Amino acid sequence: MAETSVPTPRRAPRARDLKAMPGFKTIGWACIFALYMPLAVLIIFSFNDNRSVVKWTEFSLRWYEAALENDGIRNAAWVSVKVAAVATIFSTIAATMAALATTRTAAFRGQGLAYGIINQPLMIPEIVTAISTLSLFSLVKQATGVTGIGYLMAAHTAFCIPFAFMPIRARLEDMTLTLEQAGADLYATPWQSFRYITLPLLMPGILAGAMLAFVVSLDDVIITLMVAGPGETTLPIFILGALRRGITPEINAVSTVLVAVSVILVIALFLVQGRMKK
Amino acid sequence: MTAATLTQAQIEERRRTRRTRRALLAPALIIIVAISVLPLGITFVYSFLKPGTYGGVIWEFSTDAYVQFLFERDIFDGTLQFNDSYLTIFMRSIGLAFGATVGALILGFPTAYFIATKPREQRNLWLFLITLPFWTNLLIRTYAMLLILRDEGMINLTLMGVGVIEKPLSILYTDTAVFIGLIYTYLPFMVLPLYASLEKLDFRLVEAGYDLYANRWRVLRHIITPVAKPGIIAGCILVFIPGLGAYITPALLGGGKKLMIGNMIAIQFGSSRNWPFGSAAALILMALVVIALLIYARAAGKGARAHG
Amino acid sequence: MSSRPAHADHQAQDRRNTISARSLVKTFGHGETRVTALDNIDVDIRENEFFTLLGPSGCGKTTLLRLIAGFELPTGGTIELEGKDITALPPHLRPVNTVFQNYALFPHMTVAENVGFGLKMLGKPSGDIDARVKKMLSLVQLEAMANRRTDQLSGGQQQRVALARALAPAPKVLLLDEPLAALDLKLRKNMQLELKSLQHETGITFVFVTHDQEEALTMSDRIAVMRDGAILQIGSPKDIYDRPTHRFVADFIGDINIFEGTVESTEGNQAKVRLRDGETVLARMPEAGTSAGSCALAVRPESLRIAGPGEAAALEGTLENVVYMGAAHNLHLRLGSGEELVVRHGGSTEGIDLSPGAQLGVVIAPGGARVLA
Repeated sequence: MAETSVPTPRRAPRARDLKAMPGFKTIGWACIFALYMPLAVLIIFSFNDNRSVVKWTEFSLRWYEAALENDGIRNAAWVSVKVAAVATIFSTIAATMAALATTRTAAFRGQGLAYGIINQPLMIPEIVTAISTLSLFSLVKQATGVTGIGYLMAAHTAFCIPFAFMPIRARLEDMTLTLEQAGADLYATPWQSFRYITLPLLMPGILAGAMLAFVVSLDDVIITLMVAGPGETTLPIFILGALRRGITPEINAVSTVLVAVSVILVIALFLVQGRMKK
Repeated sequence: MTAATLTQAQIEERRRTRRTRRALLAPALIIIVAISVLPLGITFVYSFLKPGTYGGVIWEFSTDAYVQFLFERDIFDGTLQFNDSYLTIFMRSIGLAFGATVGALILGFPTAYFIATKPREQRNLWLFLITLPFWTNLLIRTYAMLLILRDEGMINLTLMGVGVIEKPLSILYTDTAVFIGLIYTYLPFMVLPLYASLEKLDFRLVEAGYDLYANRWRVLRHIITPVAKPGIIAGCILVFIPGLGAYITPALLGGGKKLMIGNMIAIQFGSSRNWPFGSAAALILMALVVIALLIYARAAGKGARAHG
Repeated sequence: MSSRPAHADHQAQDRRNTISARSLVKTFGHGETRVTALDNIDVDIRENEFFTLLGPSGCGKTTLLRLIAGFELPTGGTIELEGKDITALPPHLRPVNTVFQNYALFPHMTVAENVGFGLKMLGKPSGDIDARVKKMLSLVQLEAMANRRTDQLSGGQQQRVALARALAPAPKVLLLDEPLAALDLKLRKNMQLELKSLQHETGITFVFVTHDQEEALTMSDRIAVMRDGAILQIGSPKDIYDRPTHRFVADFIGDINIFEGTVESTEGNQAKVRLRDGETVLARMPEAGTSAGSCALAVRPESLRIAGPGEAAALEGTLENVVYMGAAHNLHLRLGSGEELVVRHGGSTEGIDLSPGAQLGVVIAPGGARVLA
């Protein structure tokens, strides 16, 4: 029989928060620190007026200037933007249409399968998708003789679709059908109802989807590495190649720009979604 | 007459809905099936062909790709000899992915718990801080890690500066570096699902636990862990699967010597020019992923049943 | 079962029907989960009337409204609008507008854009739209709000915008789906009056859905009381209140005393009913006519009063409770049969023994007791 007499505390009990577990707070802060510290180092040394990426000497933008003058980097940036823009446009359109089909009509047979197919690129290791796509494209190239950057764009479009799909579908699921019914009640044809009610209300979701698709396309390495033909070097591929030759502050500068683009887009996305909730 | 028009109207409406739905779904499904699903079939076929001399395949049936996985054909007499070098790569990949999963769990659980106990208005900011790195370029993050882990990197400089060590620890280009890199890369995947389930925890239960004379360990074990279980399972699967197929992390931090499956596959399509073997390795990787998912489904199913 | 009582159409027969629904059936789902929301409904809604569908939640009133609006297709039956079959017509081709329960205002448009939306979809020239929007906004006293966003409005204002928006295209019928449910009591009372006068001014047929019997009685020209997908009774508020033909209708609308009894004899539309405590009461028979035998007898509390000294009492009971109601007292009596009787005694209680346990006689006003179908 356990005794229930009042035990003497080993140390004075802290009155606050019983929920808190000892050390958890430290680990939490440490994780955040560990997640950001390497990026911080990278960014800081991109402004270093020195070849070294270790010893700080003086603030300077010379590596940004150097990067800007580097033809390889400029070409790669252009390819990246081109591919990401095309992939974003097509994947967002396809994802918007698919999201409309799966949310604006009653549940249908094959809905699970449709979701499965749309999310397939997320469920398979990227390296497998990469080499499979490479195999397909080499077959197609052999059969048709057609080459070009279109293949890379098509591959990016495919894996961007599930990312664009997520926020668009979420937005549609939050929108009640009542507004569209109100539109129909006020003499809007199905097309007008879509044009004047569904589409404007869905716009924040579409914007969020497009931003995600753009970021994901911009950041891709593995699939691009496998699929890209000669002269189709994107920025990440350029960075990977440069790293193999050696570490330079120029790489830090380019990397900082890429990180900044992603961070700005993602912050914008959070703000858009925050406004959507209101 | 009117009954007929009504039925007709309903049939017409249903048909129209179906037609619209098909037209709307078509682009996304066609693109993904053509560029992502169909190629898996090609990979399957390729794994049973012979490699072309300059890459690609020769259309002849062969199981060599799978045989090569475990055996080496003697160049002179053509006999098969057991060769564990590829098996070693697979085992190391599984080991590293598993280790990274455990490491991420050990770091991720306290972090997720810490966030879940924050005041509601602060939580979103914390979650944002955890997710943000995920949206920045994986290659760049890995490169940033490389800068830290180098002999003349932040860690070694700090340790030497404090006087803990005299000469730099060689972390970079070791399994340890890959292990650290994998945890660093996939930690957000662990924290998010963990947070999602811990957020549902009624913290009055924790207080009730203390009230009933449980100590911290028991509260953690018997009250918090069962609630967090779905999150733990989901988090582990989200770290293990991409960890298993990792390419960039071992390529950069492993220095091209400490290979994982992903790099091995890529090499077959590059310098080794053995597409069938690369395809076979990709399929074996897929099989491992499917096994992991099945274990996940069983664990998740059990969890769901246990919670009624 | 067909539930259109024969007596409902004896007045204003000359007015044309705006909406005529015949044998309307609506079921949801299939097989075991199949639910019948509307069970063979017949209803005529006349031109220029304020018609209310009243019933508890799940009675099918909203489903009927949605069928008229065209948001759902019926499983069977027909709906006519001014003699034209609109059963299968999609909503945007029906000259019918709806005020939705939660208003369904377009959040990305201003108040004026909301109100003008229907006219814009009809392809009216923008000058006409502006004029009409202005007129509608002045009708609901929101001229000053024209360029506001709808989320900057109060609940009552949003309600008015929804009303103006639905009235702007001058529909043949205005459908209102519990539009007042989200408003607080005082605002609701005001809007009830305002809706009624709007209906008079515009001359548009209003079909109003509510579960609030008081609201229905206040506003309607006619009420259809619904339960379980069927219409139990259609009639003017007075008909429904004074001459309920159905036990559910009597019970649902207002306070009422209902007793078990046996019809002993009938004479014309009068019946002699013996109650369980042995007393007999004269009561009016329903038009449909009930055969002799056990029946339910209904008496409104206000059709009862305490018998004066020397007056012959129809019923007698023991006083259990007195509730002061302001203008009247509710006296709760226990009859010999054990049944409870509520008497709404207006006027003075002087000379009446109101001590608990007092034996009181009760008089039924002429025509106050009715046998329910």
